[in-house]
Amino acid sequence: MRVVLRNPRREIDVPGPMTVANLLARLEIVPESVLVINGDTLVTHDARLADDAQVEIRPVISGGAT
Amino acid sequence: MKCRRCKAPAIIDIPRHNAAFCADCFTHQCREQVKRAIHEHRMIAPGEKVLVAVSGGKDSLALWDLLTEIDIPADGLYLGLGIGEYSDHSGEYTRAFAAERGLRLHEVDLLRDHGYDVPGAAEATRRAPCGACGLSKRHLFNQVALDEGYDVVATGHNLDDEAAVLLGNVLRWETAYLGRQFPVLPAGPGFARKVKPLVRLSEREMAAYCVIRGIDYQVEECPMADGNRHLGFKELLNQLETKSPGTKAAFISGFWSRGHDAFIAEADEERATLAPCTECGAPTTTGDRCAFCSLRSRAQSATTEQPVTLRTRS
Ligand code: SF4
Ligand SMILES: [Zn+2]
Ligand SMILES: [Zn+2]
Repeated sequence: MRVVLRNPRREIDVPGPMTVANLLARLEIVPESVLVINGDTLVTHDARLADDAQVEIRPVISGGAT
Repeated sequence: MKCRRCKAPAIIDIPRHNAAFCADCFTHQCREQVKRAIHEHRMIAPGEKVLVAVSGGKDSLALWDLLTEIDIPADGLYLGLGIGEYSDHSGEYTRAFAAERGLRLHEVDLLRDHGYDVPGAAEATRRAPCGACGLSKRHLFNQVALDEGYDVVATGHNLDDEAAVLLGNVLRWETAYLGRQFPVLPAGPGFARKVKPLVRLSEREMAAYCVIRGIDYQVEECPMADGNRHLGFKELLNQLETKSPGTKAAFISGFWSRGHDAFIAEADEERATLAPCTECGAPTTTGDRCAFCSLRSRAQSATTEQPVTLRTRS
């Protein structure tokens, strides 16, 4: 599957199928810090991503003072 | 996973609630959390005039959308920080959001209206830009609210923001800050009320809300956020949260219910010593010019001298 990461934007290929939870574990990404978008829909951690999936892992943490 | 509320296929799981939701039930859940925060902390009374501080990021746009959805009409205020393309795009997202929904947006531009920008202010103070940026925001949101007759300023601070700030304040035992860290700061002479209706919702939920509602927001990180210590705290807290869901919410809500009171006296004492700034009239502890006015005068010279690296709008 093709995986788009952000900040900075980059793309990587990961062999599928695989669950979202496994994908995040494999990339050492903390699940609470991201959303996973398969095509154009959000997916839960137990969702299966097909080998030909287009996946975006979008960070949700933003900086900034109060 | 199935939606907890309607059993349809879920699109987002929220480990701290041990639940997953479909799109409709998730937006419902977000609205309920905002209503609950507003009610619990008496943030906004019916008929009050509300000003939302909008940055073009997910939290503030989600907040504006949520308030509108739960029938609390609010106008927006966008502050142009002058941080290159990042600010240009943030402004575009904000204007497009307001225009699509026919909402009223006020704009203040640091450079146009106050003669400096955040890169210039960082240069002048020789500190991390977030300090000067945060000071400018707090001062100007309050000032516009007072000038334009708003009762309340609502900001998009979420659960993660509050937990990270709390961790920072606790690590250094910033007692006066701890006394002021609450979902509501009451109005006072020279201050509009400040409220944080998103405190029961996490950063991840706010991003999900925007994706589900089709809200286009600034996904890129501010280029000046590097080294921002709250970012590091958020990462740490998220590692804890992943191991033990609910940690962040327990940390912050426990502070409000059992810790905050112990620090109020200090914050109140500070408020009691406030006198008007000699330049702008805003309340200040300095007995002279307020922190904003002195930042502005230092930053103005740095802004005009500084090479135009990050600036695009000068
Ligand atoms: S990251 Fe810092 S400099 Fe950038 S907008 Fe937020 S507070 Fe301002
Ligand atoms: Zn549902
Ligand atoms: Zn002043």
